[in-house]
Amino acid sequence: MMDYARFGKECLGVYAVWWREIKVFQREKSRVVSSIVQPLIWLFLFGSGMGASVSVSGVNYRDYIYPGILAMSVLFGSVFFGLYIVWDRKLDVLKAVLVAPVSRISIFLGKVLGGCTDVTLQILILLLFSFLFASVDPWGIPLALLILFITSIAMVSLGLAIGSFLESLEGFQVIATFVVFPLFFLSGALFPVDDRLPGWLQELVKLNPLTYTVDGVRGALLGVNAFPLYVDLGVIAVFAVLMILAGSALFSRMK
Amino acid sequence: MAIIETRSLTKHYGKIQAVRSIDLNIEKGEIFGLLGPNGAGKTTTIGMLCTIVRPSSGSASIAGHDVMKEPAEVRRNVGIVFQDPTLDTILTGSENLELHALLYGVPKDVRRERIKELLELVDLKDRAKDITRTYSGGMRRRLELARGLLHRPAVLFLDEPTLGLDPQTRARIWDYIRKMAKKDQTTIVLTTHYMEEAEQICDRVGIIDHGSIIALGDPEALKESMGGYMVILRMKDAPLERIRALPYVSEVKMNDDVVEITMKEAHIHLPDLLSNLRNVECVETRAPTLNDVFIKLTGRDIREEAIEDSGGWVESVARYRQRGH
Repeated sequence: MMDYARFGKECLGVYAVWWREIKVFQREKSRVVSSIVQPLIWLFLFGSGMGASVSVSGVNYRDYIYPGILAMSVLFGSVFFGLYIVWDRKLDVLKAVLVAPVSRISIFLGKVLGGCTDVTLQILILLLFSFLFASVDPWGIPLALLILFITSIAMVSLGLAIGSFLESLEGFQVIATFVVFPLFFLSGALFPVDDRLPGWLQELVKLNPLTYTVDGVRGALLGVNAFPLYVDLGVIAVFAVLMILAGSALFSRMK
Repeated sequence: MAIIETRSLTKHYGKIQAVRSIDLNIEKGEIFGLLGPNGAGKTTTIGMLCTIVRPSSGSASIAGHDVMKEPAEVRRNVGIVFQDPTLDTILTGSENLELHALLYGVPKDVRRERIKELLELVDLKDRAKDITRTYSGGMRRRLELARGLLHRPAVLFLDEPTLGLDPQTRARIWDYIRKMAKKDQTTIVLTTHYMEEAEQICDRVGIIDHGSIIALGDPEALKESMGGYMVILRMKDAPLERIRALPYVSEVKMNDDVVEITMKEAHIHLPDLLSNLRNVECVETRAPTLNDVFIKLTGRDIREEAIEDSGGWVESVARYRQRGH
């Protein structure tokens, strides 16, 4: 039998953790500003520079990488949000939460939702700039947002999963180098995924779940894609489910 | 039935016995002190009672709920103030309390009222809207005490609630703790190694060493069990055997030039004691403390901050020497 009172308290616990993350988000304005400025630098300095001599599939290079940079923002924002629990644990902020009569799963879900909310708000701000990119179809924005949101769920879970067994912040750099940057550079965010790529690179790119995010968003905003939409959505959704399962299992075992 | 009951509660980490078969009954409304040196097993014991640490064997229950079988119910019934601060320093004082209220499922209609009431109890109403990062150490502790009480727990655990605070702040924290115990008859279990403070506040204390409870009772009774007053003499070549032979002397100890005598009715027999001795440079008398009880039982001193909260210089010297300098 379902215990409604207990379920209600767990929901309240999820809400509590989410509410805390939103408060933190509101206060750490410098973090928010830099997470928005960084992709803009990529777009306008790197994108415009490369765009002067390069175009892909008939689209201006700066416009072409716009979906890729959105995916990058989701990737970086989400994974680093998750990894942030290493810091929370160090400061013992989490200790008081972990002894509350709320299950670990609820705390995990609250964290995931908090991270997704942060990242989605950042993405919304970046999407406000879409009018500067002539090739972007504004009607594709809702679909792009959906794809990015699901990706964010997956990536926050991944960050929390790694963060739950990371002992110190020194591990941060290692994760950035060996997880985050490879995911980004192997996603086709900055180049098209087609037969011109060397074979080994093509294989790696196809194994990377973020590739499907970039492709899906590119399809939604620019009408250019390598895979059908259902493949993109399917891969991302499955990846998100796997990451939630892995993340909540690791989080439950965390000391 | 006692609000806290433990039966042969034991915890070992590999070969290390952190807690050895503890049996305790703590009654509702009691202020109970768990005293002992660092590493004696105090924090592990509290950890087991709060369901953070899993017992290796034995059992414990809080308000009738078994810590292993019904951890969620136990958690709902206990409040914890950890040794290290665990406030969310990015949130304000009242936000910290709100977060806690949500996590413990405090009903919406009483949430605001209780937060207001507790902020008043710990005198933080004026600072409630400030980020806790700007709070002093004492203020943070007070907010943590308030937080611990927010969900009206049957038992509030305080692990070294005054550690690292200055003496004035410590005195105030103890005042708040007394107030809290009165309110709603909350049972308070605390650990501390400030023995004088424990004596003043606790209804009962348990002295714990190497994971076992070696003495249990109210502080007065434990001190009386010492067999009288402490007389401390500073003198060269003390005739120990002669002192020991005096009928009113129950115990004599010597460290270099400092002689510690435990005797009955010091106010009557002191002149006689002194008339038996020569070369006494300095005399100090005092009532026995829980620390004396601890030394008697274990042969060691509980305190690390010996000099800082000492009663007199002789005591300090004695303690300084005892630690093997």
